[in-house]
Amino acid sequence: MFRPSHFLAVVLFALFASVIFGVTMRDTPPKMLRYGIYCFVRFVGSAIALSWLMFLIAR
Amino acid sequence: MRLLLLIPIPYSLLPVSMRYSQKGMATPVNKIAAAGQGSQQGFVYLPLIAGWLVPGAGHFLLRKWGRGALIATSILGMFVLGIAMHGKLYSNVSDVLDVLGLAGDLGNGMLFILSRVFGLGADQVQVTTADYGTRFIVVAGLLNVIAAVDAHNLRTGRKA
Repeated sequence: MFRPSHFLAVVLFALFASVIFGVTMRDTPPKMLRYGIYCFVRFVGSAIALSWLMFLIAR
Repeated sequence: MRLLLLIPIPYSLLPVSMRYSQKGMATPVNKIAAAGQGSQQGFVYLPLIAGWLVPGAGHFLLRKWGRGALIATSILGMFVLGIAMHGKLYSNVSDVLDVLGLAGDLGNGMLFILSRVFGLGADQVQVTTADYGTRFIVVAGLLNVIAAVDAHNLRTGRKA
């Protein structure tokens, strides 16, 4: 059984979802790459930001 | 001016400045029209159906090898990781949330059917990682639907 940490699960999820968003939402390869990286950063960044927010609320 | 917009006026009678602008769309309109002229032969829904049943197949049919490979790798990777995490495959639906989960799972097409046939996936979620796995499987299905619709748009010429 594969048991990733919560963070690794977030990174894997963001990676796969960003690839699909990049390929399907833009027309040309450079734009696809740029949009994929943008989505990946937003996915992981928002997960980290929300994690800190919940940590501070819970204290 | 705002009150004017509430009155039903035929589109052709509207001044040019008030008409819907397609400026800034992902694919310019003239390119869409040009692409659509040569792509209306044969069964238009084949890439949509193929892309749903086998991830990436819709793009492969349209000879978009790179895009198809990326889609196939991502969807397959996400689905396999979900199964490896002992994610749940929805089958017996009892409430509304289960119906939504089943709808997401069905987006995986043949992957879902084959997994049910071979008895893969857990029936119940018992550990945290299995819950992650369940979400991976559902989202893989939803992303596959997006990819299949993209293949359809390429086929009809709506996207370049």
